Amino acid sequence: MRHADILHRCFRCGYCKLPGNYADFNCPAYLERRFETYSPGGRMWLIRAWLEGRIKTSPRLQDILFSCTACGNCVEQCTLANIKDQLLMAFTAGKEQLLAGGAVPPAVRDCLERLQKYGNPYGVARRKRADWAVSTAVAAFAGQDHLFWVGDEGAYDPRGQQIARSVAGLMARLGVSFGILGADEVSDGNEAKAMGEYDLFEELAATNTAAFAAAGAGSIIALSPHGFNALKNDYPKSGGALAVQHYTQVVAARMAKARFRDDGPAQTVTYHDSCYLGRHNKEYWSARKVLAAVPGLKLVEMERNLQNALCCGGGGGNLVTGILGSGADAAARVRVREAVATGAQVLAVACPTCAIMFEEAVKQEKLEGCLQVREISEIVAERMA
Amino acid sequence: MSTLCEALAAIVGPEYVSDRPEELYIYSMDPGTMPACLPDAVVLPDTTEQVCRIMELANQRKVPVVPLGAGLVLSGLSRPLRGGIVVDMKRMNRVIEVNPMSRYALVEAGTSQGMLQAYLKKHHPQLKHSCPDAPPAATVAGNVSIHGSGHLSLVGGFHSDMLNGLEVVLPTGKLVRIGSCSASPYWFARAPLPDLAGLFLGWAGTTGIITRLAIKLYPNHRFNDVDIFVCEDPELMPDVMYRLSGTQIGEDMTAWMSPKPDWARGFLHCNISYGAGSKEELIWKRNLIRASVRPIIDRKTGGFMPLPKAMKHPFLEVPGRTLSRFADVRKGGGFEYVGAIMPVDLFADAYRIGLEIAADLRVSYSLGARVIGANHCMMFFFAYAFNRADPQDVKQAQNALARTNQRVIAIGAIPWKAEAPAQKEIIGRMDPGAFDLIQAIRKVLDPQGIMNPGNWEIN
Amino acid sequence: MGTLNHDPLVCERCPTCDCLTGCQYMRFDLEAARREKQKILRGEHSQVLNDCATCYACEERCPNANHPFYQIVELQEKRGLLPVPAPITRQQQIMMQPRGTMVPARVAKPVIDMCYFPMLTGCVRGRLFEGASMIVGSDIFCNIMWLHFGKTSVIRERLPRMIDNIWNGYLKDSGVDEIVCFHDECYGTFTQLAPAFGIDVPFRCVHLFEYLAGRLDALADQVKPINAKVAYQRPCSNRLAPGTRHWVDDIFTRIGVERVKRTYDGDNALCCGQVLRAHQKDDLADDVQARNIADMVRAGAAYCVFNCPACMITLAEAVAEAGITPILMSDLCQMALP
Repeated sequence: MRHADILHRCFRCGYCKLPGNYADFNCPAYLERRFETYSPGGRMWLIRAWLEGRIKTSPRLQDILFSCTACGNCVEQCTLANIKDQLLMAFTAGKEQLLAGGAVPPAVRDCLERLQKYGNPYGVARRKRADWAVSTAVAAFAGQDHLFWVGDEGAYDPRGQQIARSVAGLMARLGVSFGILGADEVSDGNEAKAMGEYDLFEELAATNTAAFAAAGAGSIIALSPHGFNALKNDYPKSGGALAVQHYTQVVAARMAKARFRDDGPAQTVTYHDSCYLGRHNKEYWSARKVLAAVPGLKLVEMERNLQNALCCGGGGGNLVTGILGSGADAAARVRVREAVATGAQVLAVACPTCAIMFEEAVKQEKLEGCLQVREISEIVAERMA
Repeated sequence: MSTLCEALAAIVGPEYVSDRPEELYIYSMDPGTMPACLPDAVVLPDTTEQVCRIMELANQRKVPVVPLGAGLVLSGLSRPLRGGIVVDMKRMNRVIEVNPMSRYALVEAGTSQGMLQAYLKKHHPQLKHSCPDAPPAATVAGNVSIHGSGHLSLVGGFHSDMLNGLEVVLPTGKLVRIGSCSASPYWFARAPLPDLAGLFLGWAGTTGIITRLAIKLYPNHRFNDVDIFVCEDPELMPDVMYRLSGTQIGEDMTAWMSPKPDWARGFLHCNISYGAGSKEELIWKRNLIRASVRPIIDRKTGGFMPLPKAMKHPFLEVPGRTLSRFADVRKGGGFEYVGAIMPVDLFADAYRIGLEIAADLRVSYSLGARVIGANHCMMFFFAYAFNRADPQDVKQAQNALARTNQRVIAIGAIPWKAEAPAQKEIIGRMDPGAFDLIQAIRKVLDPQGIMNPGNWEIN
Repeated sequence: MGTLNHDPLVCERCPTCDCLTGCQYMRFDLEAARREKQKILRGEHSQVLNDCATCYACEERCPNANHPFYQIVELQEKRGLLPVPAPITRQQQIMMQPRGTMVPARVAKPVIDMCYFPMLTGCVRGRLFEGASMIVGSDIFCNIMWLHFGKTSVIRERLPRMIDNIWNGYLKDSGVDEIVCFHDECYGTFTQLAPAFGIDVPFRCVHLFEYLAGRLDALADQVKPINAKVAYQRPCSNRLAPGTRHWVDDIFTRIGVERVKRTYDGDNALCCGQVLRAHQKDDLADDVQARNIADMVRAGAAYCVFNCPACMITLAEAVAEAGITPILMSDLCQMALP
């Protein structure tokens, strides 16, 4: 197994369970399940024991490995400089090993099969990929400045589709020139890779890369940080090398062009750093710049922010597979409680996965009266003149 | 009759019990060298009431019980030597109350050092607790109950000295409050009642499960500094430590002697940390510290390292991360140490023992000592790193630890949180009356003999 | 090689004894100065050996270039008088020893010698250092710091090897005979200290500030004046190369900053104080630092400009707390090239 050489070097010191300010548990799997086996250190030891035959493949082991949301808190916090960068890769390699043996949770298996068959994890026909844009002014890509990468949630999830329309609308109002690939797009593969399906990822990447080339696309703006992450970091290794930005980076540079009404209500907003913008890609500031430019908003920070942000729990395929459940210790529920504790009325997100996870959590926490989950483009657009 | 797991699930809910191989494997050992001992089940209670019911169940079925914090003892005290139930306390991690005027905090037993520190920083920034140099995931209760020490030990002694009171579940399942909280709504001290807290301090979890505890807090000063005294003669160190501690200025005094980096080898460093409410006060304290060792400085046999403030951050970090990083010295994720409590006079002897064993057994080592109270004693640690993937390397570290235990006991030191073999060595030297009393008390508190059996026994 | 080039007779006959009468850290009238100087010349103990702050200034003050500071240091070592406690002296020698890890490489002009400051290699960037090569590491460490420790023997032992490493490891085979010294200490070592001790230096040295001034001229059309008031922290080692003082003002003129008039500048520059702490004289260090910074504040400086990384590490926090931005000279120049 790749990265097996670091497994025994974990000291199980537990820094990986916590954020940098130690405020509360920051590993979504450990936070929810609380057994040491679900902590990053526990996983390291278990994978090693499993590879050495001291424990056998089992549904429990599958659950332990596939509950990793790939949030990267362990990579951020591990005290051992020589192994920290490989931690997530080791967990993903463990998932890959399980897949190779055909021993995966049914939800994971089904999700990957749908990705393979339909090019998306929802099992919806590929030809419907651009349905979200019907009755909008969004055009097909035909040589505009940028290719707008919509991603699976934006294309198929109802809430994601709303966000896709909102982001597209905002970019258009700010004069960004873009088009979409539509049905030529398949899943960016970020979640497939995070679930250990390297081969499937390569196939998806190859399909998309060919589509980019055929379309003559040179610059991509991604809706979702998940897509942003794959396109920016993993596609070049698979042969596709393009300029990739997250849409908040593009919008942040253009906020001077925005005209706002002055009748918007004063609101306190707290921004959630999604893992694939924040920890994975060190992009903490574009969304904050965008929010800072909107009049009437007061920005407050959660206790765990920037590189200490608590993952929404939707990564590693969990948005679709639902391996991590929804008890009171579910990451999204803990996070929305944290948002409320800041006094904010709005929890701002720059990721459709986070939006979906947090909105569900708000319902479960019965916080509908006190906390709204809003995507960045929605916050901006509703106050624009 | 239901299975053990079914019965436990009826108490905490099925999602917080496991007898699956994965949990049994991980909970069978800690990151030290001691071999695995499998439990029969692992349970994660969330309330004191649940802990009581678990204990009653264990009593009924005569199943051993082992309480567990973060499992960072390293000497394997939280391994279930005779199987049974491992009770992982970390769901019980709420900070219940902070009394700023009387400077104490009441926390659930599973509260981690890091979370308490974060809580105080946010809600009571003028207060702090004494944090050990364990990773922040370590629990407050775990460390207190094994007589740990840390960043305020120069002021307050062992962490067990900083304990104001306990809520404990006895091995029979009975719940007891100990300390002032027993007869008052406040958890301000163990005095003036008969002090029962001692029945749960240093007993390696053999007398009950702590569910809540109140610990003393101390002023958290705005301005902080650390001075590092360097000398080359171990015989000088007791005098250095005596003088520095005599100023009654420092919060923490820890010596460190490491063969790496190369410039540290052969030198003895003594860090003294202190804080103040203003810069002027900080300088005044620094000057007192300087003056205390001036005769040694004037003889040029020692002095303070000229470290610019910007380079002191690693030494001011609480808890310090260096010890965790020591685990990677042999690229093997492991270290364990003997922490020998002894009078400061024995410093040079202890230092020589460490060097001899390390040279003889060719192990990667790090030595150091934390002073407790006004030089009242010190916790001299002999840390040995090992590669857990290499059985020979593990064995070598075990040998080093065993030999260290023997040698330090021989000079009059007592290893803290001693692992089972070292316990037997200590018992061998113990006043028979004292050991008999320990056994008698255990029989009273734990008639079924279920609490962490295999520890502090002769057979 | 190795003997100090110094003529005792010159000191015997010196009428002014500027080395001691002008000292900023010890107070001597001419008579007392002469007395102590005689003791030093005779190799006897003098209070000067205990109280010398090792600020190097008397090397500059001496009208005869007769190396009064080096005389003090030599005598300290001869008499076994350690300014810094023995364990720290020994520890520093290990910390700063050549690691033998240098990999010879080809370089091209300008070759920026970063001495043993690998953490500052990020300074060599942009148009200011376009096309520059860099050399850095323990194996080219200039070793002048042992003057603060009363250990010229370490300089004698290590410096020739460092010079050899630079010459044979980098310069000779590259056909380059010149380096730019990022740090004043290297410049002083190779241009003044080495000759004083009869150590040959086969390459030429360009002072960083001369290099920077030249680059600013070449980029003159891109320079935007900063329009700020700055204080300059003159490092001790610049006392060995007073001929380079004018480059500071030359650069400031080019980048549009005003050097504030203050007491502790130029001839009266104060030690940053870190060495005084190594000498276990914290009160003196506190005093020197407080006076220096108060002087900068009084003069209305917005920046404190450093050449020496050690001065900067020592003073940066205190300077910043006083509301002044600490900055290296090269980074200040970068600001003028937005």
